[in-house]
Amino acid sequence: MSLDLPGFADPVLGAQSTFRAVLEAMSRPGTVVKIGAGLTPPAPLNAASAAVLLTLIDADTALYLPPEAGAAREWLVFHATPRMVESMPEADFALALAMPDLGFLNAGTDDGPEEGATLILQIEGIAYGELFELSGPGLPAPRRIALRGLPNDFAARWAANHRKFPRGVDLILCAGDEIVAFPRSLNIREA
Amino acid sequence: MSQANPISKSPRQIWMAVLARATAADLRAHLADAPVLPGYRVLRGPEAGLVMVRGRAGGGGAPFNLGEMSVTRCTVRDDEGQIGHAYVAGRDAAQAELAARIDAALQSDLRHDQLQAAVIAPLAAAQQSAQATQARKAAATRVQFFTLATMRS
Amino acid sequence: MAYVAVKGGERAIDNAHRWMVEERRGNPQVPDLTPTQIGEQLGRAVDRVMAEGSLFDPGLAALAIKQAQGDLIEAAFLVRAYRTTLPRFASSLPLETAEMSIKRRISAVFKDMPGGQILGPTYDYTHRLLDFALEAGFTPPAPAELPTEVEAMPRIHDILGHEGLIEEDVPSNAEPFDITRSPLQFPAGRDARLQSLARGDEGFLLAIGYSTQRGWGGSHPFVGEIRVGDANVEIVPPELGFAIDIGDLALTECQMVNQFAGSKSQPPQFTRGYGLVFGHAERKAMAMALVDRALRAGELGEEATAPAQNQEFVIYHCDNIEATGFVEHLKLPHYVDFQSELETVRRMRADAEAAQ
Repeated sequence: MSLDLPGFADPVLGAQSTFRAVLEAMSRPGTVVKIGAGLTPPAPLNAASAAVLLTLIDADTALYLPPEAGAAREWLVFHATPRMVESMPEADFALALAMPDLGFLNAGTDDGPEEGATLILQIEGIAYGELFELSGPGLPAPRRIALRGLPNDFAARWAANHRKFPRGVDLILCAGDEIVAFPRSLNIREA
Repeated sequence: MSQANPISKSPRQIWMAVLARATAADLRAHLADAPVLPGYRVLRGPEAGLVMVRGRAGGGGAPFNLGEMSVTRCTVRDDEGQIGHAYVAGRDAAQAELAARIDAALQSDLRHDQLQAAVIAPLAAAQQSAQATQARKAAATRVQFFTLATMRS
Repeated sequence: MAYVAVKGGERAIDNAHRWMVEERRGNPQVPDLTPTQIGEQLGRAVDRVMAEGSLFDPGLAALAIKQAQGDLIEAAFLVRAYRTTLPRFASSLPLETAEMSIKRRISAVFKDMPGGQILGPTYDYTHRLLDFALEAGFTPPAPAELPTEVEAMPRIHDILGHEGLIEEDVPSNAEPFDITRSPLQFPAGRDARLQSLARGDEGFLLAIGYSTQRGWGGSHPFVGEIRVGDANVEIVPPELGFAIDIGDLALTECQMVNQFAGSKSQPPQFTRGYGLVFGHAERKAMAMALVDRALRAGELGEEATAPAQNQEFVIYHCDNIEATGFVEHLKLPHYVDFQSELETVRRMRADAEAAQ
């Protein structure tokens, strides 16, 4: 039973340190940050996505989980008490195991861009795979990062999201116990 | 405690309501009269948080948010395999943890009757007695109207 | 208005706080007051801080009163700040106030209401003479007790409703607006208004409620019922899937009954205003009910002419934490703002003199 898998050993410190790490990753896009050490979440979650979800989700956030989330659903309901929604457009936060159409997510409004959703996407690997070049706020100079597990047309799909700025969706990529975050303000092209 | 009809509640709902109203000291005192509780592992908490309390407009209309109350919750799995939950008003972590352990043990057929007799029954009796005392004090302040004079033509 | 950061004064601030702490403690020869004593013996103050702090926790409210030296608005501020540090686990099922365990329950419109008139622990009918016995400290006699039978205590509209002469509740399970999560917009729904009023300042609501009695948005109110007591709070945790009772909540409820001449859509009948407040707080519950009724002017097709009927005026100004924040911020340094205004006045004066 997934209830037997613990959440953060210390919920307050775990959430605070993970929040700080996610903030770092969002502020400096492309920086690889380690989180979720010691977490043993139920499949299919990896430690990084589990830590992000335990930190950012509570009773005030609407969470969408894909059908493949399986036992992780009960575990998250127990430890994070989300407001579960059954369709992606209603979500403040959505978990995905494969890149969905970003247009399905709530991009917020010009009056309320902060309402734009955050996608937590599990991928195969960070720092190997296809190479992307990132530029924009938080980066004094363009930087490169390798990612494995994104669709071939990722850069084009991201560009459509980026064009909506200040509306749009923010993305947190999770592999193992590492994350990289792409705020909607970021330019991404294939390198 | 309100006068809601207890018959419609399950035994577990009734004992959880009793545990929610007992202090940690009360629980420890009554546990002394029962076999030692099994070992356990905490699955969540004890942690303090809030419940938003809702009322209804006019008493029976559409819900509205009245304000929050502090609540402490805890979930344990004991060494006999039972999962116990507690959500108790206030901020007493020890009460929540004990209540969760007792909730777990009460689900065990082997332990239920002893715990019910040693812990739940006396606590429920004390809570009902306090409520009955309040009702008797209230009854003493009930106005008995009488007619001062009757006009007859 | 622009803000300019300045630094300095850290030591002065530290020393000011140290002095405040000493002054709060008072004469050290006098025993230190405990929050438990405040909770037990200043219960109405605790109730007020819980209501305006919007957090039911008597222990925390008592501590806040001690920390704020009895400044109840400051204490409510401390409680509001504390509640922001805690996660919200759940929302309760709507309270069943009809099933409260009753300490006090009175009606000014029905002498012989089912369940009876129960005065409970009240200051009504006292002579408001200072009791110097309290100065000396004394042990009160035990309250009288009489045997009791369980008797239903129906609400006023359940008694009068059958004839259609009094407005009845329209039950609903709509998800209520939450002013702590979403910004208020006007016109605000009754759910948002009741939430604001329940945490609103007692003094403000009392004055606004009083104004409706004196002709500012005139209505002719009667106390249909006041009830004081405890209600169960129930939540449905997702891991359990059934309702559990997590404890008792002390409450005061007021049903105010108002004459209503009728409108195009509704026949003449009595309408109701509703007050529900944490703790034993009759004045607040009554004032809330008066103001709730006044704020329903638009919905009932009445012309809204008085302050009490103006949603923005009442709702935006009833929160004493917001009010005190904005009023009291005026004492913080405004050196640069004032310099610029000074320059402006000097220039205007110079221009005026030059023109002569």
